Amino acid sequence: MADDILFQCLLRLGDDSLVLGQRLSELCGHAPALEVDLALANLALDLIGQATLWLELAGEVEGAGRDADALAFRRDPAAFRNCLLVEQPNGDFARTMVRQLLFSTWQQLAYEQLERSSNPRIAEIAAKALLEVRYHAQLAADWVIRLGDGTGESRGRMTAALAWHARFIDELFEVDDVSSATAVAGVAPEPASLRPAFDAAIAAVLANATLAFPTLPRASTGGRRGRHSEHLVPMLAEMQFLQRTYPGAKW
Amino acid sequence: MACDAEGLMAVLANVPDPEIPVISIVDLGIVRGIAHDADNRPTTVEITPTYTGCPATAAIMGAVRKALDAAGHADLRINVSLSPPWSSDWITPTGRRKLLDYGIAPPERGGPVACPQCGSTSPVEVSRFGSTPCKSLWQCSDCLEPFDSFKCH
Repeated sequence: MADDILFQCLLRLGDDSLVLGQRLSELCGHAPALEVDLALANLALDLIGQATLWLELAGEVEGAGRDADALAFRRDPAAFRNCLLVEQPNGDFARTMVRQLLFSTWQQLAYEQLERSSNPRIAEIAAKALLEVRYHAQLAADWVIRLGDGTGESRGRMTAALAWHARFIDELFEVDDVSSATAVAGVAPEPASLRPAFDAAIAAVLANATLAFPTLPRASTGGRRGRHSEHLVPMLAEMQFLQRTYPGAKW
Repeated sequence: MACDAEGLMAVLANVPDPEIPVISIVDLGIVRGIAHDADNRPTTVEITPTYTGCPATAAIMGAVRKALDAAGHADLRINVSLSPPWSSDWITPTGRRKLLDYGIAPPERGGPVACPQCGSTSPVEVSRFGSTPCKSLWQCSDCLEPFDSFKCH
């Protein structure tokens, strides 16, 4: 497989984790309850740990002397390859948890396949991260059920959050040149092959939450090609500030 | 300086986990092994991280380096390996006992069986995530004390 295809594939994996990890970090000290605060900070930590491994490998594959820090902190927004779902603002707690449910459920299914990747480095990172991701998906499912099957207020907010995030679901399963090449080489799963299991897993959680599966609106896509929503730039501006202002700063 | 594997493990067994200092990194099961060269001389200490984002990993690497240097093993490399991934099953029986004595319930499938304070067998989960990535927060329904439980991972 061409190194530039593999590099793109690794950026997608790394950027999904990095961007969601950064989003969740924004809630540190602001979550609705202490236990939730701890939980979300832990999720963020896991995701940033995964991002470090993916981006370190991406830097090696690229062979241009960039390490994980260079890729995270000194890369322009248009070069980010994360899906649009993970860059969406935290919104209220319902939106935060629906975003988590959708992403972690997809991530778990994807990593279960990546664990069997023909590329051993990818397989070992996925196997390592999968142990954490299962926990994330379970945590998100617990909250979606609790809030969906909760009060009128929590139920209304969950319904609205599902309606908001539904437009970003299709992008997770989008097929393009990179996904086709990595699927043929057995490096990563065919994105569309994950869809039936994803739909079934989400439907099961929503049934428990007494919530209806949202009607899917016209899909918003583009993240995998670097066409992001307006929310990514301000987030990266904050995240990259220190390394942009004092390149190479360490403590 | 004698450089046998047993002696090296003894050196590593004195390196405490930075977050839970009562247990050593050997008890925690993150010392995967020691690689030797053709002359059976140790060359590399293999370490595996617990969680990918565990902030203690860097501190552990630093502490291992310091301990090896102090014991005259400055030539030994430290290698981080991810595969097979660390699991809480790798915590030694000694490590499990030390966790319990320290007030942290050792990892069990399905959650802790007893309160580490009073031994009551009716703990309830308060939060799936605790003060560090490797722990969840529980409370005893008899003595009402909250306690950390090492997550089954």
